[in-house]
Amino acid sequence: MNNTTSILGLDPIAIGDLIWAPLVIILLKVVVIFVLGLVATMLMVWFERKAIAGMGNRIGPNKAGPWGLLQTLADGIKLFFKEDLLPDRADRFVFKLAPYLAFVPAFLVWSVIPLGGDFSHGKGGIVTWFGHATRVQLADPPVGVLLLLALSSVAVYGIMLAGWSSGSKYPLLGSVRASAQMVSYEAALGLSLATVILLAGTLSTSGIVGHQSSFADWHVVSTGVIPFIIFMLAATAEMNRPPFDLVEAEQELVGGFNTEYSSIRFGLFFLAEFMNTITMSGVIVTLFFGGPQGLFNIPGIPGAIEGSIWLIAKVLVFLYIYVWMRATLPRFRYDQLMDLGWKILIPTSLGWFMLMAVLRLSRDEEWNRGLVAIVAAVIILGCVALMSTAVKVSKANREREGAMF
Amino acid sequence: MELVVFVFAAAMILVGGLGVVLRSHPVHAALSLILTLFGVAVMFVSQQAHFLAAVQVIVYAGAIVVLFLFVIMLLGVDRTEDIKTEPFKVQRPLAVIVGLGVTGLVTAAVITSRDVVATRGAGIIEPAMTDPDSNIRQLSRSVFGDYVVAFEVTSVLLVVAVVGTVLLTRKMKPASKESQ
Repeated sequence: MNNTTSILGLDPIAIGDLIWAPLVIILLKVVVIFVLGLVATMLMVWFERKAIAGMGNRIGPNKAGPWGLLQTLADGIKLFFKEDLLPDRADRFVFKLAPYLAFVPAFLVWSVIPLGGDFSHGKGGIVTWFGHATRVQLADPPVGVLLLLALSSVAVYGIMLAGWSSGSKYPLLGSVRASAQMVSYEAALGLSLATVILLAGTLSTSGIVGHQSSFADWHVVSTGVIPFIIFMLAATAEMNRPPFDLVEAEQELVGGFNTEYSSIRFGLFFLAEFMNTITMSGVIVTLFFGGPQGLFNIPGIPGAIEGSIWLIAKVLVFLYIYVWMRATLPRFRYDQLMDLGWKILIPTSLGWFMLMAVLRLSRDEEWNRGLVAIVAAVIILGCVALMSTAVKVSKANREREGAMF
Repeated sequence: MELVVFVFAAAMILVGGLGVVLRSHPVHAALSLILTLFGVAVMFVSQQAHFLAAVQVIVYAGAIVVLFLFVIMLLGVDRTEDIKTEPFKVQRPLAVIVGLGVTGLVTAAVITSRDVVATRGAGIIEPAMTDPDSNIRQLSRSVFGDYVVAFEVTSVLLVVAVVGTVLLTRKMKPASKESQ
């Protein structure tokens, strides 16, 4: 394997000579995934408005197209033709750059999510198109999951720089909140991911999905409860969706980081936000619920297409949960948000990760697993007691100094 | 292919590095730093160090520069600095000496070890080329195996730094019972 193939070797099709058939397949995949992303986002905006309207006993968009399906398209066209404002005190270059910094990472996440393929019986999701083996996934880098984390950390810049470069107070407040929130929750996101990586033994997304080849391998107990809940909460905070949408607290900040944006630049932020919701649901399904793996065989449909159907069904469940959370839960207060992130989510995910690592080690080294579990439980209880004492002491100190909360 | 990647990444690194030094606006300088860090990450990928590349982006670009920007924004120093005024007179001559010294040392190191550097694939462990996860395995073997003491001592050092920072930011009040 020489260096050329290693750079391109994210997809089995790209290894070897790049004659035109594989090249066309790769280009086709890029185009299809891009268009799919845009259409999915469009439908997601419609879905969210319609579902929230239903929960609020309203009708929701119903004029443009059947059931109001084209409402997002109409809104997009309207945004496109609006005046593009550039505030006087804005930092011109950064102001123009920021929307792309938010939009591009949101799109790139799509490229590492396995969107289909037959993973059953260790087939590894490889499909054959026109005589070439490939994956239903744009790229399968060896550090797949870490790439997701890297992209979500790059996405912080979009929001942060947008608020700063607007050159006015409220957007700056919004973006300072956003960056503090996203940096804090990134730690919990990464730590809850670590448990999944530990159990799967690989970083690549297709490898993780391949590892969860049947329902028994989904690790319902070890990753399906604590790491999943932590990941879900941290992802919600990372996307700045309700109940963690302090970034766009309209009542306090006029509009949040995007107050000064209009026209298509605002549209890009809007698109990125909804795109992130879909891709994060896809990531959750990939990491915790077997990606395109089905619970049972759908009769009469070939394996690769069946995978995509399962994936869409699972992603829809999470999209609905996100909409439901938005319709139901009120916004967190800022100190509650930070307390939840630093005092509950990070210690819990770290503790659970250590517990899983110890159990794994005891299995490999053939120690007495019951004894190991008891010792681990005692240590965890000790840590919890220590932690809650520390929190109580610091709270008492703050109250003595006159803090109100 | 490798040459093309190298040229682009090197250009990114150089432009970014020059930007950090030459841009008078702190936020622009920080953004140039991100460009440099991404260039280094691309270099890592082209040398098959995928894990290092990802960690480079997550830790440096994703956390450290974000904190830089955060501080710049919070402290309100995001104005163009006048670089003509000089707070410390010795600073610039010293910087020139240090810069020349480092350049000389690196050049000397490259020249003396040329026969090792020039050999293609020298020092590469074979399984590293085939197993995609071998990057992480080798790193963890040396970090948690061979150099575990140094690693743990470094982490203790970091904890001490964090605790020290927290203590410095706290106002030490004389303990008085009246305030209750």
